[in-house]
Amino acid sequence: MPPREGVYGMLAEFNTPSELVHATHEARLAGYRRMECYTPYPVEEAAEALHFHKTRVPLVCLLGGLMGVTTAFLMESWIAAISYPLNIAGRPLFSWPAFIIPAYEWTILFSGLSAAFGMIALNGLPQLYHPVFNAPNFRNGATTDKFFLCLEAADPKFSLADTRAFLEKFPAVSVVEVDH
Amino acid sequence: MATKSPLQQPSNDPVLDPMIDPRTGEYAVIAPGHNFKSVTQKIAGIVLTGNTPLAWFFGLILAAGVAQGLVIGVTWLVLKGVGIWGVTIPGAWGFAIINFVWWIGIGHAGTLISAILLLFKQTWRNSINRFAEAMTIFAVVCAGMFPLIHIGRPWLGYWLFPYPNTMNVWPQFRSPLCWDVFAVSTYATISIVFWYIGMIPDFGTLRDRATLPFAKYMYGLLSLGWRGSTRHWIRYESASLLLAGLSTPLVLSVHTVISFDFAVAALAGWHTTIFPPYFVAGAVYSGFAMVLTLAIPIRKFYHLEDLVTLRHLDNMAKVMLATGSIVAYGYAMEVFMSWYSASHWEFFMMWNRMFGPMGWAYWMLILTNIAIPLTTLWSRKLRVNVGYLFFLSFVVNIGMWFERFVIVVTSLYRDYLPSSWGTYRATKWDYMIFIGTWGLFTTLFLCFARFLPMIPMSEIRMMLPQTKVRPGGANSEEVVQEAL
Repeated sequence: MPPREGVYGMLAEFNTPSELVHATHEARLAGYRRMECYTPYPVEEAAEALHFHKTRVPLVCLLGGLMGVTTAFLMESWIAAISYPLNIAGRPLFSWPAFIIPAYEWTILFSGLSAAFGMIALNGLPQLYHPVFNAPNFRNGATTDKFFLCLEAADPKFSLADTRAFLEKFPAVSVVEVDH
Repeated sequence: MATKSPLQQPSNDPVLDPMIDPRTGEYAVIAPGHNFKSVTQKIAGIVLTGNTPLAWFFGLILAAGVAQGLVIGVTWLVLKGVGIWGVTIPGAWGFAIINFVWWIGIGHAGTLISAILLLFKQTWRNSINRFAEAMTIFAVVCAGMFPLIHIGRPWLGYWLFPYPNTMNVWPQFRSPLCWDVFAVSTYATISIVFWYIGMIPDFGTLRDRATLPFAKYMYGLLSLGWRGSTRHWIRYESASLLLAGLSTPLVLSVHTVISFDFAVAALAGWHTTIFPPYFVAGAVYSGFAMVLTLAIPIRKFYHLEDLVTLRHLDNMAKVMLATGSIVAYGYAMEVFMSWYSASHWEFFMMWNRMFGPMGWAYWMLILTNIAIPLTTLWSRKLRVNVGYLFFLSFVVNIGMWFERFVIVVTSLYRDYLPSSWGTYRATKWDYMIFIGTWGLFTTLFLCFARFLPMIPMSEIRMMLPQTKVRPGGANSEEVVQEAL
């Protein structure tokens, strides 16, 4: 855990996604690694500039789906053949084609819930407090129409004066310090 | 259409109508001149306004009043039992099953819009996506109630689920009615989750724009602390795409499973393999009709013509034309097969359906589902005529209800053995509960329109021209000018 005191990072506000992506790209070239963009809608180019490509959401979803299909099919087979065998018009107890449909539904149920809650968990949500909300201009724009780049103090290259000077090279609307 | 055909109407001249994109000759998906802030203000303003429109209160009182029919009807049903309904032997499936299938079919358009059109990258769907999904959930709420109250003892409804119990009794997994439990409960769950996940970023916007402390607090909780971080967005997009990919087979399977309730039974008129595709097409058909029923007054009332444009209405009408044609093919095939099967019972079923005592219902269905919509929807002029579409949406919803009525009732009341023939007559309680669900649906929808973001703001932002990222960090003025 980084210390809860002091500066969290330096937050630059931009008017357009192009400026944000450009600044992020330059920051990466300048050697910054601990940084994050905040945008009102998904900007894929920003993720590319951050070199963030892979998410584990699909893997979580796949595991959920496999769990769903196995659970449902084994449960149905056990119930219909072992625990509560019923003779329905002389059909075999292990009448697996009929079991496919509930198994199919639970595959979707489990994988859908895994994708949704997996995404929330991997994002570290719910997290009602975050230092960037302390920036006076953040909540006015980050979820509406402004694009933010935060260079975090945890980065070894971070220094208050140099990072501020670096960000002010770009046509940022403002560059502010963010406290914990 | 990539090129403008010379045969198009003169009213489509882009010089005359600013809503028409001069490059394509189509209506724009979003009115020109909008930016990130204006769309946000427009959509968030509906929710965060201090003055709720008076008409909303009147609507709510009216809808909640109608929903009392449901409360009273269900209370009486629980006290007296399903004998208060018109269901008897042989017509053991009456309004409850008709309404169940009708409501759940309506829900299917919401999932089609949110999932299938997302996978096909139909970005026009973005503006109607959220309330179509809300419609799905509320329709599933209304639908789910019917089997629950039809089982006679709703307080034992949990017996439908497989759970270890002291009676050592388990569900019978070879029965389509058991599949229904799995399909509908999965559908309800996934729809709610997909809907909520879609709203998280918009809750963030509402939290940041709300002025009332209570609204800030509530939307803050609902947003889970969403802050628009790019890493979050990438995972979010990935999860949305996965949910869309999962909902697509799900929505097709749900109505398929519902059609199995009929198709697996060995009854003339039910026992056909055409049921699954034809049920799914019919579901989408009625669902789009319901989306139109809701979208047309809402865009008018909240002045959302910029975001829900004639393009949306036109496209929805085209989907209705396509699915309606599949349904028409289904009807034609049913008639053909009842002759081609050379089965006396099938032949009689179709004769009875058309010319028996309840033949009027069949012709009503042909009139409202086929004759009126499928002749007029070919005309582009009518497809962008808001008043006509609103009228048509009711026509199709009535038609689809009659379709289920015809399927459920006409096969049941005259089956193989003439000595066991009967008839079906719905009682006032049947009507009361059915009409009550309209009230419940409208009440839920009005609450949704007032308290939740009706149009996904983040997805609308993605459709604006300002989103274009240019290498080297272009000057902001340049981009804005280009957008104008």
